[in-house]
Amino acid sequence: MIHTFVGDLGHLFVIVAFVTSAISTFCFFKSSVSDEIRKKGWIVNGRIFFYVHAASVLGVVVALYYIIQNHYFEYHYAWSHSSLNLPAEYMISCFWEGQEGSFLLWLFWHALLGIVLINTNKFWEGPVMTIFGLVQVFLASMILGVVIPGIEFKIGSSPFILLRDALDAPIFKMQPDFVPKDGTGLNPLLQNYWMVIHPPTLFLGFATTLIPFAYCIAGLWQKKYKEWIRPALPWALFSAAVLGLGILMGGYWAYETLNFGGYWNWDPVENAVYVPWLVLVASIHTMITFKNSNTALKSSIVLVISMFVLILYSTFLTRSGILGESSVHSFTDLGLSGQLLLYLGVFTIGAIVLAYFRWKEIPSSEKEASFYSREFWIFIGVTTLCLMAFHVIIITSFPVFNTIVELFGGTSNLAPPADQIEAYSRVQIWGAVLVAILSGTGQFFWWKKIDSQKLKNELLTPLIITALISAVVITSTGITNISYITLLVTGLYSFIANLKIFIPLVKSSPKLSGGAVAHIGVAMMLVGIMYSAGKSKVVSLNNTGLLISKEATADFNKENLLLFLNEPRTMAGYTLNYRGQYLETQSSQLVRRKDVTFTGDPFTVVARNEILNKQDTLFTPGDTIKIFPENTYYEVEYYNENERPFSLFPRAQVNPEMGGLLASPDIRRKLTKDLYTHVSSIPNPEEEIEWSEMEELTVSPKDTFFVNDYVAVVEDLIRIYDMEGVDLNETDVAVKAKIRILGETDNYVSEPYFLIVDGKPGVIHDDILDLGIRLTFLNIFPETGQFLLGLRTTQKDWVVLKAMEKPMINVLWIGTLVLMIGFGIAIYRRYTEFVKMRDKSME
Amino acid sequence: MKKSHIFGIVVIAVAVAILMSTAIDASTYSTFQKAKEMAVDGNDSKIHVVGTLKKDHFGEVVGVTKGADKLSFSFVMVDQDSLEQIVYYNEPMPTDFLRSDQVVVVGNYREDLFVADKILMKCPSKYTEETIEAQL
Repeated sequence: MIHTFVGDLGHLFVIVAFVTSAISTFCFFKSSVSDEIRKKGWIVNGRIFFYVHAASVLGVVVALYYIIQNHYFEYHYAWSHSSLNLPAEYMISCFWEGQEGSFLLWLFWHALLGIVLINTNKFWEGPVMTIFGLVQVFLASMILGVVIPGIEFKIGSSPFILLRDALDAPIFKMQPDFVPKDGTGLNPLLQNYWMVIHPPTLFLGFATTLIPFAYCIAGLWQKKYKEWIRPALPWALFSAAVLGLGILMGGYWAYETLNFGGYWNWDPVENAVYVPWLVLVASIHTMITFKNSNTALKSSIVLVISMFVLILYSTFLTRSGILGESSVHSFTDLGLSGQLLLYLGVFTIGAIVLAYFRWKEIPSSEKEASFYSREFWIFIGVTTLCLMAFHVIIITSFPVFNTIVELFGGTSNLAPPADQIEAYSRVQIWGAVLVAILSGTGQFFWWKKIDSQKLKNELLTPLIITALISAVVITSTGITNISYITLLVTGLYSFIANLKIFIPLVKSSPKLSGGAVAHIGVAMMLVGIMYSAGKSKVVSLNNTGLLISKEATADFNKENLLLFLNEPRTMAGYTLNYRGQYLETQSSQLVRRKDVTFTGDPFTVVARNEILNKQDTLFTPGDTIKIFPENTYYEVEYYNENERPFSLFPRAQVNPEMGGLLASPDIRRKLTKDLYTHVSSIPNPEEEIEWSEMEELTVSPKDTFFVNDYVAVVEDLIRIYDMEGVDLNETDVAVKAKIRILGETDNYVSEPYFLIVDGKPGVIHDDILDLGIRLTFLNIFPETGQFLLGLRTTQKDWVVLKAMEKPMINVLWIGTLVLMIGFGIAIYRRYTEFVKMRDKSME
Repeated sequence: MKKSHIFGIVVIAVAVAILMSTAIDASTYSTFQKAKEMAVDGNDSKIHVVGTLKKDHFGEVVGVTKGADKLSFSFVMVDQDSLEQIVYYNEPMPTDFLRSDQVVVVGNYREDLFVADKILMKCPSKYTEETIEAQL
């Protein structure tokens, strides 16, 4: 049955949201240009329509969630992003896996922020909400899914489209009401708790960038050239904090889930957030400068506008399909390029034209900044941030240049750098060095009136301490790369210099310490990044002198360790032992693969043996267990003399969307370093196993024999009367042999079958893959009580492992937290300033 | 000259330097012919070559050889000038490789073999390729 009602209702909400945002924009616009008497009425109307708009956006969200939650696979969105077996906590991730859902999330945040602004502003409400409403019109149009009759022009892509309308499958011609039994599911890579919180955080960051922009445009429009800074500043800080947090959550997810051993890959989608963030941070610095010295007003306006234009530009990049093959994770092209371009164009051109006509009226100071003034130093810092952003956006935009050149009939075949990471890092690292130096030194200019003599006195202590610590760190760790050393030293300097500012400041006026704290955080992040990158080392060195594979590169053979089941090897002071494969149950327990039997349904297995967790019995033989079939975990035990033994469980995931098998690391976290381990090769599950020639052996119960160098004991012969999948009648015979095989640490039970059905003999062999053994029950000799077993062997289970040490990576994560605290202090301070002025009815 | 002018000149100089460095870093989408010429000239920088897999009359992919233990493979690629070339890739075959309708390889010639460091695939768009199994 097709549930059309909820989809139609959702679609109705989309249309209402679109229309009401347009009306509220108009009302707020009128309120901003009317006289005092009419103003009130327009404001009230604007509010009402914005509230209706917000309610409809909520309605859309609820309708879409309802469809996903109830598995209405007749809807394309539910079918392509979810499935019956998806655990409840990841249902919410389906919501933003698709492009429409992520637009919706963005709309939702804007609606919520709009309500906050309506209730916290007096003078600014009308003009700011005009900009807000207009943005909502554009965003809502992206999911409108309405075709203009006559010219057949489609606006937006609705998330409520039915599968039969989205797909041109023949089945719908025969049966229009066909509903698939299951969806195609959420990419298993995204079934991770970080993917539940990372996208909403990032989109909240995106959404909040609109607020400083809206204040800035409102200021230009209402000729309040200076006053917009006060309310915009706390929001700009909030936005930078949330966006920064969102970016780092993504990095942390990558560190935990992907196996490239890092947290940042310079992918265009990552760059698309990094660039506006840099410019946003730059604009915060000029805004603060303005508040203190009435300079840098024009640069604040330019930077805030550029920041928002860059947000729109990156939206265009990641959603229009223009990046093509240069990005692995941009969204699928929904044919919205035209609409996205219009959105980008309207706000870019509108803002530039407005700023152009007001430019002459904007007050500016003609005073030259002295070398010893704080303005001078901040300005250099701001310029550095902008140049860093410029570098990244140029490389990321190569596909755009190609498209533009081709549009004018030329040919351009710029491709991204073959070694992207190197190309980006080479320039960004020196930008970061400058940022570190400036954020350390600039602070002294900020807080003190300074001349050359005073500067020397102030800087002497931090410089000496930095030199001492650097000398110790560099000689003890042996980092040799010159750019790493430079960044490490400057990062340390920034940390110490800011600490010197912070300590007296926190005693006298802790409210003002946000800047110092944030800069300490940044310095820690830089040190953490450099230390973990510069000192990251592979510890899984192959010291056997044997090649893992002749086909593989020299590096692969050198940096990976081949472990056979229960054959310990040594590495970096540890003895490693591969202990076997585990499956993940849907209630997040791990069960040994050897303890279960697979069934026809990939999500269900049956317990073979009793499965224990320490002393508790989890499952008894015959229990059915629900599992996640895509994930397999490989237990690797680590021992050494000084530590208690521990096990890591790196994962391999079958993920066709990401190119087959995907390895995720498991990380042993210690205070000073992480031990990062992932599998780099495993026996291919799709591959046929090559078994040896069959060896035949006649045995009787209680006999002992050897197979693949393991001791095996024939425990019993059991006659079976009921068998799943086989109809046994009275003349048929079914016997299973129960054979116990003693592994190094575990016992295995193999149960091959011998059948005579309708007078024809048949066999069902049984494999113990851990030990590389296949047993076949070939024949039975009733006269002697003996039976014939076929033994075949193969390689025992193995994994190829790579392990890395990541020292001091915690400094990066702690630095992130410190940065957030710094932002928090600054937001509090700037917001109270705004509230004070507003309540005096100044704004 | 005012200080701000000097500052402006410095900024422009740095921006130009950045542009030049990106131009040097940039790779190009090119053909095997070009790649060969580069190798002959002793230029071992890596380029992107766009093309398709070689197919027979029935649309079946031909010329794919897997390495003995499946850790590497090689295939025949036809570039945009219809030039055929064996490409060697030192990693297992990506899952949807044989279904891809366009391939981009990033690499260079080492002796007579084109060695790819990276393979990017363009698979048939989700919206046209997805089919539903009709189970009732």
